[in-house]
Amino acid sequence: MTQLIAGPLERDPAAEHLSRPDGHADRAPRARLIRFLVRRPGLVLSVLVVVLVFLAAFWPHLFTGRDPLLGVPAERFRAPGGAHPFGTDELGRDVLARVVHGAALSLKATLIAVAVAFAVGGAVGLVAGFVGRWVEDALMRLVDVLLAIPALFLSLALVTALGYGTVKVAVAVGIASVASFARVMRAEVLRVRQAVYVEAARLSGARWYAVLLRHVLPNAIGPVAVLAALDVGTAVLAVSSLSFLGYGAAPPAPEWGTLISSGRNYLANAWWLSTLPGLTVAATVLATNRIARALDGEWARHR
Amino acid sequence: MRRYVLRRLAQAVAVLWAAYTVSFLVLDLLPGDPVSAMAGGGLDQAPLDPAVLARMRHEYGFDQPVWLQYLEYLGRAARGDFGHSVATGRPVTTVIAEALPPTLALTAAALLLAVVFGAGLASYATYTPRRWLRQALLSLPGLGVSLPTFWVGLILVQLLSFRLRLLPAFGNDGLRGLVLPALTLAVPTSALIAQVLAKSLLTALDEPYVETARAKGAGPARIHLRHALRNAALPALTVVGLVVGNLLAGSVVVESVFSRNGLGRATVNAVTVQDIPLVQGVVVFGAAAFVLVNLAVDLIYPLLDPRIVAAGRRSPA
Repeated sequence: MTQLIAGPLERDPAAEHLSRPDGHADRAPRARLIRFLVRRPGLVLSVLVVVLVFLAAFWPHLFTGRDPLLGVPAERFRAPGGAHPFGTDELGRDVLARVVHGAALSLKATLIAVAVAFAVGGAVGLVAGFVGRWVEDALMRLVDVLLAIPALFLSLALVTALGYGTVKVAVAVGIASVASFARVMRAEVLRVRQAVYVEAARLSGARWYAVLLRHVLPNAIGPVAVLAALDVGTAVLAVSSLSFLGYGAAPPAPEWGTLISSGRNYLANAWWLSTLPGLTVAATVLATNRIARALDGEWARHR
Repeated sequence: MRRYVLRRLAQAVAVLWAAYTVSFLVLDLLPGDPVSAMAGGGLDQAPLDPAVLARMRHEYGFDQPVWLQYLEYLGRAARGDFGHSVATGRPVTTVIAEALPPTLALTAAALLLAVVFGAGLASYATYTPRRWLRQALLSLPGLGVSLPTFWVGLILVQLLSFRLRLLPAFGNDGLRGLVLPALTLAVPTSALIAQVLAKSLLTALDEPYVETARAKGAGPARIHLRHALRNAALPALTVVGLVVGNLLAGSVVVESVFSRNGLGRATVNAVTVQDIPLVQGVVVFGAAAFVLVNLAVDLIYPLLDPRIVAAGRRSPA
């Protein structure tokens, strides 16, 4: 489904300046970027959505002046309109304010989940690929097992052991997606280890950790970073599923999954309560997936 | 062929053993044992006094070294005994077996819908000569995997149950109650199947045998269905094996959206009351289902494509 084979990586960035005979490639990038984006309005829109989510997470007051926790009893169940673009809920709280303030929690959980998967999976793959022998066998069999347990079940087991809360849910989601990171990292390390510049570094007397950190890791990490971008959408969905099931932030806090789940009791009379937060989640996931697809080869193929 | 089967069987057993070990590590080594979880008010009851706790710990074997506990539990698990649910005191295997039938009905219906939708979408998208239609259809799977499953369920309930009053919104009763949950669960699954099948159909349509068939005068429909689809179906079969895990996991969410009884609901309840033996049983069951279905797919594969076994014979890794 994804193309994780980056094409022109057979060169060592440490020696990059040597391998560029003319300055031509340096002048073109901006024009190339603009041409690339103009042909892809969907991608521009996706970047915009992600920027908006980040802004909402860090500066919610840019989007709404209302308090996400303060209910106005007189304004219960107002349909979306001028004063309340997303309507109000059963306590008269502004749903837009809750979605905007919820971005911080959901984004935090997502970033923690991806970071855990990236760090743990990357480390496992790096060690497996670099050390080899029985260490590699043991680690990769463990990874195979993680792949056989459905991710949500593994997350649920971790939630059972760790307890509830945004951070714990995020860690559980991250651990559940360690396996694919470990696989890609190992494959990349195995590929890079064969490269001539690694052999050259070894022959010129570099210590093993210097070879690992200066030559192998920087050249192997690209496809793993692309996988991290692809994993963001999955993590948003997994985190919101777990908070929908009620394992995320405690009730008054406005997490996206929790918002959708609390709206389900009023499906018959207040459609906006779960529909609009859900659309926000869907738009975020679509946008991050689109950006990840652009990073995953589309940019490299574009000339 | 027999060596192929035996190798696959040995792999399946090894994965199951490892899955049990992983779930044991996760659930029994992390802070807090099941007994203190019970005492800590996971259930709605007053805290127990220390003497009772100590006795319960002894009964469950939590006062022994971890490796002894592990061997003890593993030995029982190998004999099919996964212990008793902490919340209800009933055997874990019984709880799972009782919760299973509605979930099986749900996942089977969802898989059927997903295969029909996914294969239909992929076949038609690659068949139609209209470029815009193909583009539009091929972008649907990307949308399907981006929507939160529980949200899709809630939207369907809103439209079909509350607005149009066509189908019941909640509960377990009969086929009519199965439609919405199965549809919901089928959305992400059919998207995955469609993605893979469309890709392999496009590859198959570029193959020389398609050219040959066309030169012999076969029409586009015949080429598509008899030549390309038959060859492209194999990667899609692998995906069907892989989505079983997704379906089981999806049933957790879908069953709680639609308030259906089943394994997913039982799992959510078990997590909520920290019923560790039951959660562990469910995790191992999930891995077992995944491994068994993929074992079946692996065993069907050589019947459909004899080259697989031939390749296995050449490199017995």
